[in-house]
Amino acid sequence: MTSSLTRRPAPGTDTVSVTVPDPRKRRPSRLLGSKWVAFAFAAPLIAYLLVFYAFPLIRSIDLSVHDYTIRAFVQGNAEFVGFENYAAVLSSPLFGQALLNTTLFVAFSLVFQYALGLALAVFFRNNFPLSGLLRGLFLVPWLLPLIVSASVWSWMLNSDSGIVNSVIVAFGGEQINWLTSPETALTSVIIANIWLGIPFNLVILYSGLQNIPIDVYEAASLDGAGAWKQFWSITFPLLKPVSAITLLLGLVYTLKVVDIIWIMTAGGPANSSTTLAIWSYREAFGTGQPDLSPAAAVGNLLIVIALIFGFFYLRIQRREATS
Amino acid sequence: MIAKKLHVPLALATTALAVGALAGCSSGSDGGDGDAASGTYTWWDPYPQHEEGSDWANRVQACGDDAGVTIERTAYDTTALTNQALLAAQENNSPDVILLDNPAVSTLAETGMVSTVDELGLDVSAVDENLLAAGELDGETYGIPVGANTLALYYNEDILTEAGVDPASITDWESMDAALAAISGTGKNGITFSALNTEEGSFQFLPWFWGAGAELSELNSPEAVEALELWKGWLDAGYAPNSVITNSQNTVWEEFLTGEFAFAENGTWQVNSAAEADFPTGVITLPAKDGGAAPAPTGGEFIIAPVQSDTERYDVTVQIIECMTTPEGFVETANTFAYYIPPTADGQEALLEENPDLDTWVEAVQAAKGRTSDNLGTDYPVISEQLWTAVQSALSGVEDPQAALDAAQEAAAAETGGE
Repeated sequence: MTSSLTRRPAPGTDTVSVTVPDPRKRRPSRLLGSKWVAFAFAAPLIAYLLVFYAFPLIRSIDLSVHDYTIRAFVQGNAEFVGFENYAAVLSSPLFGQALLNTTLFVAFSLVFQYALGLALAVFFRNNFPLSGLLRGLFLVPWLLPLIVSASVWSWMLNSDSGIVNSVIVAFGGEQINWLTSPETALTSVIIANIWLGIPFNLVILYSGLQNIPIDVYEAASLDGAGAWKQFWSITFPLLKPVSAITLLLGLVYTLKVVDIIWIMTAGGPANSSTTLAIWSYREAFGTGQPDLSPAAAVGNLLIVIALIFGFFYLRIQRREATS
Repeated sequence: MIAKKLHVPLALATTALAVGALAGCSSGSDGGDGDAASGTYTWWDPYPQHEEGSDWANRVQACGDDAGVTIERTAYDTTALTNQALLAAQENNSPDVILLDNPAVSTLAETGMVSTVDELGLDVSAVDENLLAAGELDGETYGIPVGANTLALYYNEDILTEAGVDPASITDWESMDAALAAISGTGKNGITFSALNTEEGSFQFLPWFWGAGAELSELNSPEAVEALELWKGWLDAGYAPNSVITNSQNTVWEEFLTGEFAFAENGTWQVNSAAEADFPTGVITLPAKDGGAAPAPTGGEFIIAPVQSDTERYDVTVQIIECMTTPEGFVETANTFAYYIPPTADGQEALLEENPDLDTWVEAVQAAKGRTSDNLGTDYPVISEQLWTAVQSALSGVEDPQAALDAAQEAAAAETGGE
């Protein structure tokens, strides 16, 4: 052991001597070459980003600051109206309700998806017979096409012939109009969305758990820490970075959810499950007459909301990196 | 390490994607205005269920053959079709012929992308005025209905017999209510319909709305409130299930096929399915409040010809349209779809000769009314959205019918007045 320690300094000086000589001759040519090569390699990506990211974004902003009636859309002579569409959206009576619904939908979805995903990830950390198979089964919601899972949920929650109500009634409860009552419609779509989001949380948190060294747990159990103490003092703090990115991605996904709500309630009854994303979709494609400009305005507001949380995440990350 | 190794394949993949996307763009642009000499005419319709080689596809092709050209047919979903048509018009490469859902005709016509029948020199004098109205905007006609369908009331004969209800006795709302009360005594469900918050909800509510004497220009008239109270009353009394609020018209039909429902409001397109049901079925026209057949909204497609930069193409386009709209053409279309009633008196007569039991439907189509008629045009979608919202609010108990319709009228007036 000691002999190997004393030998180490020698190769260290050796490597330094290699990089130091003639820096003037080689660097410029290598830099020039690498610049062009770098550009050539980046070009397809830049083209891709421009076509699929920058253009739609610019187009969306363009739509939202013009008054695109259908006629103007075809003839290409939409009037520039500045922030009028945004003003109309913000002052609409629907805005408050849609924002509240979006907040409730996102908050409850995230909290439960994360908590249940984490609980399952910790549960599956212990290998037991059939644990692999069970873990695989938990991925099913993720693999099913949304149209299938959303339709199944809406059948299960059907007021008169759904299985959920038939169980409730069989145990002496009263029929709950899950999707057709303004009090429960939002709750119903949140429940379905939580179910859909658990596998995503499970997979990412489970892989995060794999990176926590097992010896930390061994040391903790030697010190007499129980499962509960181990979770709060080791698992949870060490999982923080993974948790942060899971929650951020979850937030972005949840903010823009349209499909499951649209299939289950189409934002109804009477807008009680209308989120900002649903509102935007309905303005653009849900009625006989596409109102593209307000739809784009609502969509852009969603992007801004997602960006704000993105910056939050970056700040937290930077603070962690410096500390 | 892995990330570095992936760079090259990733770069290749993105290049391939970008190139593919660009190629996609350029190949899209030669869709419609292809050269007249090539003899290929483009045709869009909303019938993706009829694939290449189906009776319908062959029929379209036959019309092309008669005109000496090849027809390139593309089928879209109904709502997607309107959006696609708008995009194509914006890119200036509209197809030669579109079969379009009737309430969308005035929307597209308003953009100036559709030729009028006068410009094309088509004769529409034989077409029933109530059906043609959906294609009219500011005195001009923008297309010809290729057929019409509408709503009526299907009934389950077994349940009606058990409850002692004679379907012929249902002629107004009072007798309808009495029948529902009698059925509820047998433990079966009374009626199912769709009050979904999409166009389907308005479509299904309109026969009752118009049947009460209400007008779309005044959503909160006493007649309108009565119509909504009728529906609300059925839900409260348990005659109709609570799930009507989320029922699509398809769901309505599936519920009816379970045999648990005495009545279902549904369309001409279910005629075949009704004949194959496990129980005997029948159909009556939807009753108006004070008797007679209520005007149901017309469904069905119009054949329209979008404006082309190459006007020489119109000659062949007209030949194709005429091939689809002769009396024989109408009957053939009706038979191909099994649910289309011809829009002309000649065509209806010819169809009834072949299928006498479609007479309830012919009667219903004659009483029907276009949703965009009364010169509502592009105001209709705005009004309709408010109407279905009000129906949802009232049925789910957010507001009472009067308050819901007041709010709807206020919102509709604000939006349509601003245009």
